[in-house]
Amino acid sequence: MAEAVMPDERLKQTPFLTRLMRKPELGAIAGLVLMLMIIALAQTKDGLFTVNGILGFLEPSAQLGILAIGAALLMIGGEFDLSVGSMIGFAGLVFGASVVAFGMPGIVAVAVALLAATAVGTVNGMIVTRTHLPSFIVTLGFLFILSGLTLVGLKLATGGSTQLRGVSDALDGGLVQYLFAGKAFPWVFQMLGDQGLIEVHTRGTLAGQPRANGIPVSILWFLGLAFLSTWILNRTRVGNWIFAAGGDANAARNSGVPVDAVKLGLFVVTATCATIVALLQVADLGSTDATRGFQKEFEAIIAAVIGGCLLTGGYGSTVGACFGAVIFGLVKFGIDYTDIDRDWFKVFLGGMLLLAVLFNNVIRKRMTGER
Amino acid sequence: MATPIVEMRDIEKHFGSVIALAGVSVSVNAGEVHCLLGDNGAGKSTFIKTMSGVHQPSKGQMYVDGQAVTFQSPRHALDAGIATVFQDLAMIPLMSITRNFFMGREPVSGIWPFKQMDMPFCDRVTREEMQRIGIDVRDPHQAVGTLSGGERQCVAISRAVYFGAKVLILDEPTSALGVRQTSMVLKYVDMVRKKGLGVVFITHNVRHAMAVGDRFTVLNRGKTLGTAVRGDITPEELQDLMAGGREIAQLSDTLGGTV
Repeated sequence: MAEAVMPDERLKQTPFLTRLMRKPELGAIAGLVLMLMIIALAQTKDGLFTVNGILGFLEPSAQLGILAIGAALLMIGGEFDLSVGSMIGFAGLVFGASVVAFGMPGIVAVAVALLAATAVGTVNGMIVTRTHLPSFIVTLGFLFILSGLTLVGLKLATGGSTQLRGVSDALDGGLVQYLFAGKAFPWVFQMLGDQGLIEVHTRGTLAGQPRANGIPVSILWFLGLAFLSTWILNRTRVGNWIFAAGGDANAARNSGVPVDAVKLGLFVVTATCATIVALLQVADLGSTDATRGFQKEFEAIIAAVIGGCLLTGGYGSTVGACFGAVIFGLVKFGIDYTDIDRDWFKVFLGGMLLLAVLFNNVIRKRMTGER
Repeated sequence: MATPIVEMRDIEKHFGSVIALAGVSVSVNAGEVHCLLGDNGAGKSTFIKTMSGVHQPSKGQMYVDGQAVTFQSPRHALDAGIATVFQDLAMIPLMSITRNFFMGREPVSGIWPFKQMDMPFCDRVTREEMQRIGIDVRDPHQAVGTLSGGERQCVAISRAVYFGAKVLILDEPTSALGVRQTSMVLKYVDMVRKKGLGVVFITHNVRHAMAVGDRFTVLNRGKTLGTAVRGDITPEELQDLMAGGREIAQLSDTLGGTV
């Protein structure tokens, strides 16, 4: 019954460039290459493009990247979460207070912190999906609620201070510190140093030891979450639901996609990402204070947008958001290796954001066939 | 005559004090296109929403294969093989054709927690189904937004057919389309009929209805004005029934007999 199909002469084989343009992360990769070139040309001090230097800017990128992965998933799902910055401080408090004030074992405290994240994410998600209020406003409310709770809680836990110390002593090198603090694979770096493949200290008590003595665990968390989130988005049913929920919630609902459950789950994911960042910070520094995570919500959203996520939802990638976060770290850290005043950083940041939004807009119009 | 796949008998639907449907009876047989005509506000939308499970009828009974049924939700209707292609098509322009095709019904394989969508399979099915209706999709990863209106309509219909619909309800599938795209959709509706599916075709365009319809029912002010079989009725008579006769005749006079 099907008639012989004549190939439509107007359809060209999709050219490689078009297929490339369809990748949301393209802009961020191009931006990263551009930034590397600019900094390489402008650098006046050596040391950025060594193993030590690269790990140096990847470490802050990694923490932002973990947040940006959550932010990107939620943005693709069509919502925002402005409370992730405050959530870092709040999760730090929950974890720190559990260990120091209540004397819980580290791993139990981690579970308590993750439970708190689930609770906050669920409340955010419930309010947004039940009331259909803009998530922007709902989570803005939680930005202040959580940061206020963090201050109050810190004072209660410490008897008046806004800094909670003594977490390291309480953890004392246990499993939690192994998971969230320090550096991994030091023996690999020692070996590379011995072989003369990477820089080693030449003087002092550390002579003979490599300058970079391991991969910070935050970078491993970052890579792991980047792979996991990309797999979920591109290869699983839930990934399809995330794109559908953000693309057109109504159409998705009519097709049997559990839109509200997907969105609620994504709010839990962003809060969980913030909690992982909080654990990394607290385990590393051994203390937590009220200013943790300040304005991180904006940085995470900026990284996601630079990574190609549309503000309107339904399009983007977590890989792009990761590259966005790396650009962030590279410029912030790399600017010190040049003669450029580091206060230019914010100017650059705003410019980058605007450029990315303009670029994304063009892509969206091409994709949807709008003229 | 064989039992109709779907029969709606004396359906009434009230919204508060508004009587949207006041006794509508329509049946669809396998391999038949039943056109439902009516002007704006005649109750077409309410009727298809009742048929597809969005609304429950206030009075009257619905039968599927002769069995009395009541649908609580569109999901129920879908499970019974009644698929509705609404005007917004339930398609997402930014997503690829494949992802749209399988949206909400993604096939997964593997062991939890490593279950994943079988992408090569999805791509292959999408390409084959598109080819069957004469759309050559070289790249099923292209966004639906790049397809023409007629192509999108066809994708939406073939998606419903692929997932086992017995009855298709098409809500004004040609209303926003140009001539060529309309004929593409009508051709596909004809193919679906030949496959043995029942089609309820909602339109207010008599020419489109005459092109594919086997039976015609006109809705006016929430009532059916009777059902006519193809050949028993002329386009002019249908047009008259739809517009309530008199006004259109007057208009036709003033415009010199062109309406």
